Amino acid sequence: MWSYTLRRVLATLPTMLAVISVCYFLLHATPGGPFDSERQVSAAVLANLQAKYHLDLPLWQQYLLYLQSLLHGDLGASFRYADWSVNDLVANALPVSAAIGGGSLILSMFIGVGLGIVAALRQNSLADHFVMLIGNVGSAVPSFIIGPVLIIVFAILLKWLPAGGWHDFELRFMVLPMALLTFINVSVIGRVMRGSLIEVMHSNFIRTARAKGLPTRVVVLRHALKPALLPVVSLIGPLAISSITSALVTETVFSLPGLGKLIVNGAGNRDYTLVLGLVVLVAVLTVALNLLVDLAYAWLDPKIRY
Amino acid sequence: MLSAQEFNKLTARVTQSGSAAAKPRSLWSDARRRFMRNKAAIVSLCLLFVIALACIVGPWVLPHAFDSADWDAMSMGPSLKNAHFWGTDEAGRDLLVRCLIGGRISLTVGLLATLASVSLGIAWGATAGFLGGKVDAVMMRIVDMMYAIPYLLIAILLVTILGREFYLVVITITVFSWMDMARVVRGQTLSLRSMEYVEAARAMGVSTTRIIFGHIVPNLLGVVVIYTTVTVPGVILTESVLSFLGLGIQEPMTSWGVLIQDGAKVMEVSPWILLFPAALLSVTLYCFNFIGDGMRDALDPKER
Repeated sequence: MWSYTLRRVLATLPTMLAVISVCYFLLHATPGGPFDSERQVSAAVLANLQAKYHLDLPLWQQYLLYLQSLLHGDLGASFRYADWSVNDLVANALPVSAAIGGGSLILSMFIGVGLGIVAALRQNSLADHFVMLIGNVGSAVPSFIIGPVLIIVFAILLKWLPAGGWHDFELRFMVLPMALLTFINVSVIGRVMRGSLIEVMHSNFIRTARAKGLPTRVVVLRHALKPALLPVVSLIGPLAISSITSALVTETVFSLPGLGKLIVNGAGNRDYTLVLGLVVLVAVLTVALNLLVDLAYAWLDPKIRY
Repeated sequence: MLSAQEFNKLTARVTQSGSAAAKPRSLWSDARRRFMRNKAAIVSLCLLFVIALACIVGPWVLPHAFDSADWDAMSMGPSLKNAHFWGTDEAGRDLLVRCLIGGRISLTVGLLATLASVSLGIAWGATAGFLGGKVDAVMMRIVDMMYAIPYLLIAILLVTILGREFYLVVITITVFSWMDMARVVRGQTLSLRSMEYVEAARAMGVSTTRIIFGHIVPNLLGVVVIYTTVTVPGVILTESVLSFLGLGIQEPMTSWGVLIQDGAKVMEVSPWILLFPAALLSVTLYCFNFIGDGMRDALDPKER
């Protein structure tokens, strides 16, 4: 297990390096790029940039220095905000995204698994059709349509919740964005859980358990649930990663001050250095999450050899 | 969609009629028959055809231009007045014409980016599969790396740096949607090379060219067609997300993503500006999904 872990960790390093390098050199290779002085840049920002990017050095030295500062956890300076480093901006935005994304992921695990179990045990029942409907809508209708529809129904017509905005982790601002993300996640989890439980229920050891005369409840909870959960566990990683991506949309739709909104605004303002810092951060997060998923899966599934 | 029972009946009939010297059926006529029996797919195909036709012909027939304002009718709901059947937006521009023009852009981006990424994917996957060995390992390692990258973010980085021209959006989307095809084609090529019927053909002295075009290509084609129909909605969706975030197609040009973004800004006062393009995009995506399902069931009945 330890040598497998070590190998997997080492295997992620080239990927991370490749992502960072590609982003960095893309940024530098662009004519009229971020480090030209063709645009009005305040003296303070310019000084920040000069200090951060060592513009007087040759490119490869700049690159190595950039890598060094990344290793120290420094994501660079913003091109737009003189008083803010990318680190400061991230420190403010990350908790918002993490609360929404993480909260909805946990919520959707419970809802999705629960619905999946009911749907699998009572095929063609109302619950089953419900799961399939959610799965269908969630996979075809994009989140930036579901989001505004939620706002129209719950904020404008029913006036139950605010249409967007954010104030100090107040729950009423979190409900709609979390509902949107949960819906999308449940659409995937529910379908996978249903499929995998149906498959497990057809396997031999379940037939044996039934033949022993165990009640259905025990058969499902004690015997079928654990193997049926494996595919769902392997979904957590991709879902967590896609929550980062869908944060771009959710936070734009509900105007939340999170990481996604920061990236979108940065890209809209052509704040190159901010976008570079954020992309590097998210790429590293993604690769790390992928690694965790692989390790968790190897640990959970006895069939995987390492 | 073919249930297991129907499928069994079908195969039973095929084996029965096989002895009675039935006309041999090709993979494709078989697939076409299965596809034609799939009602959802056929309805989707017709609907998609209507939408595409409307996008092409509609703007010529309707009496409004997509970028000209009607000062008498700003933010007007759907009505027959001045022939604004879907109403107008807050600048008084006819929404139906804008939706159709936006559809032209969205569908064109979808087709171009799909074409490009499918070609790239096939070339990449087939090369890796045929050559094998070290080349294969390196090429697939690159694909794995591409998978590990959060593509939407790199796409945002690209449009931030490069700009938001139409062709740049197409290129950006292409760069991040070819990997599925590459993987599938490689796997298929690898397994086809060692199939018994290929070996049998070789043993019978069939030439390599005939093996490639008679056995490998037709079998590859099925997967390619399936994955192409799956790629199209994904690509259209990516374009709309980028445009929705204000990072794709730019004003005065428009696409469904741009229209939905515009609509979302004013949905509290004039919800139809959001709902019409949203419905159009959703219906289109649904159609592509159903057609994709139909294609898979038709070409690869083992899958279900």
